[in-house]
Amino acid sequence: MTGGARARERLDHERRARRRSAAVATASTAAVLAAVVLVVPRLPRWARVRASFFDGERFADSLPRLLSAFLLDVRIFLWCTPVIFGLGLLVAVARGSRAPALFPLRALVVAYVDVMRGVPVILSIYLVGFGVPGLGLERPWNSPLLWGSVALCLTYGAYVGEVFRAGIEGVHEGQRAAARSLGLSSGQTMRFVVLPQAVRRVVPALMNDLVSLQKDVALVSLIGPIEILRQAGIDKSKFANFTPYVAAAAIFLCVTIPLTRLTDWLLARERRRTTGTAVR
Amino acid sequence: MTRRPLLAALAATSLALAACGGDDGGASGDGTGNDCTAGKTLTDGTLTIATGNPAYEPWVAGDAPESGEGFEAAVAYAVAGALGFSDANVAWVRTGFDEAIQPGAKNFDFNLQQYSITDERKQTVSFSAPYYTSNQAVVGFADSPAVGAGSVADLRGLKFGAQSGTTSLAFITDVIKPDAEPFVYDDNAAAKAALEAKQIDAIVVDLPTAFYIAAVEIEGGTVIGQFPASEGVDADQFGLLFDLDNPLVECVDDVLASLRDDGTLATIEQEWLADKTNAPVISVD
Repeated sequence: MTGGARARERLDHERRARRRSAAVATASTAAVLAAVVLVVPRLPRWARVRASFFDGERFADSLPRLLSAFLLDVRIFLWCTPVIFGLGLLVAVARGSRAPALFPLRALVVAYVDVMRGVPVILSIYLVGFGVPGLGLERPWNSPLLWGSVALCLTYGAYVGEVFRAGIEGVHEGQRAAARSLGLSSGQTMRFVVLPQAVRRVVPALMNDLVSLQKDVALVSLIGPIEILRQAGIDKSKFANFTPYVAAAAIFLCVTIPLTRLTDWLLARERRRTTGTAVR
Repeated sequence: MTRRPLLAALAATSLALAACGGDDGGASGDGTGNDCTAGKTLTDGTLTIATGNPAYEPWVAGDAPESGEGFEAAVAYAVAGALGFSDANVAWVRTGFDEAIQPGAKNFDFNLQQYSITDERKQTVSFSAPYYTSNQAVVGFADSPAVGAGSVADLRGLKFGAQSGTTSLAFITDVIKPDAEPFVYDDNAAAKAALEAKQIDAIVVDLPTAFYIAAVEIEGGTVIGQFPASEGVDADQFGLLFDLDNPLVECVDDVLASLRDDGTLATIEQEWLADKTNAPVISVD
């Protein structure tokens, strides 16, 4: 029975260790919180900072306007996401193509990815959002909402294309060889063997890009539409108070934190699935 | 205030001497401020004035406030002179709108870049008495559907644009009340691009700015009309912006009153803004 006793002892030891680390974590968190709560209000201009950034009345006043402006962000996000994934997939597949005749396509895609990833999103939005309609399009086809979204799709298509490419290249060469030896064509191999494995592998990285896109949607406001950050800026100027930005940030966090936790969870699941063991 | 006549005379002298860079001397006679400003400026003996980055015409000529050319640059030097600061003791800094209203310490004694005086803003910063009162105005292309509009009712079907955070934007939503939500831009450059892309029909700005951008920045642009102050339409009053409760405000208000009374402000306005106020009137009824 010595084996059982030793196991019990180990369990006890682990439990003690867990309890100790929980206690240390609690104590250090309490110390940091106390420092913030006690020290910050004693700083000389804290009253001014609080009035400028954390004005409860301004917060409550701005919140409904910000929420309704946020619907525009959500809409842009929702119609851009599928386009970006489609475009990214096309980019990755085109880049991974091996037929010699397709060299011009590969060169074009490489140039597209290099340029779009290197150019600031702001420039892309100004250029596409004002430039293309400026060529003489009539309403409604010159809408800044339409062309601002196109700019976002072009930029993020390049990012997501690279993520997919990494996933495709991460699929072992043996998988392709096996598929081809079973008689699948090169297209079928990509469709049924490579892509399913590649996409599953890069889901966490894609989620990362989505979180980033969710914030960059606000840049469409540069070319006119009033979305949440612009509305916050309007309220800020009207009341000479920054609280509306804090309110906007709170709304953003309500979306990004769950998205980030979901990413973490997907990442952990993927790790469990691929390694089979969970080493801490 | 018994000092006013003296200050007014000093202000007039400073204006006359500004061109040759003369030193008018304040109450202490050495151009480092008068009794009222003593100990109240950011740097002793120097008046630090802020303007936009860049500063726009006709408010500041050529983005060079040091020249004293342009309406606001001239007003700044007139105020400085009346406060007893020589031109050499005026220092310029540049700030954006946000920097000027942030809660931290300010790097200027006062800031002028067409800040409209509003009750909301007074809770965070202090303003001087107004140094200029402007009407809102509509700018568009000469072939815009807005041309010839006689009242706001003629404008409601148009798509408007304005600069973020301006009283012009509030004017669009509160007074014109167009059918479509206005578009909003960081600056006039973006508004102009949107106008050229025909995403908007017209933009709303203060009247002197309207004349400047219609003549210089927007090729083929025109000032379609202006809205005079009337019932339901507050005139846009520009004030010098100070850190909240800055004791300098009363010194500046005193000299602004005398600059107004002795006609100095009117002269400066005549010099820089005279040809920028004559546009068709649009009624708001």
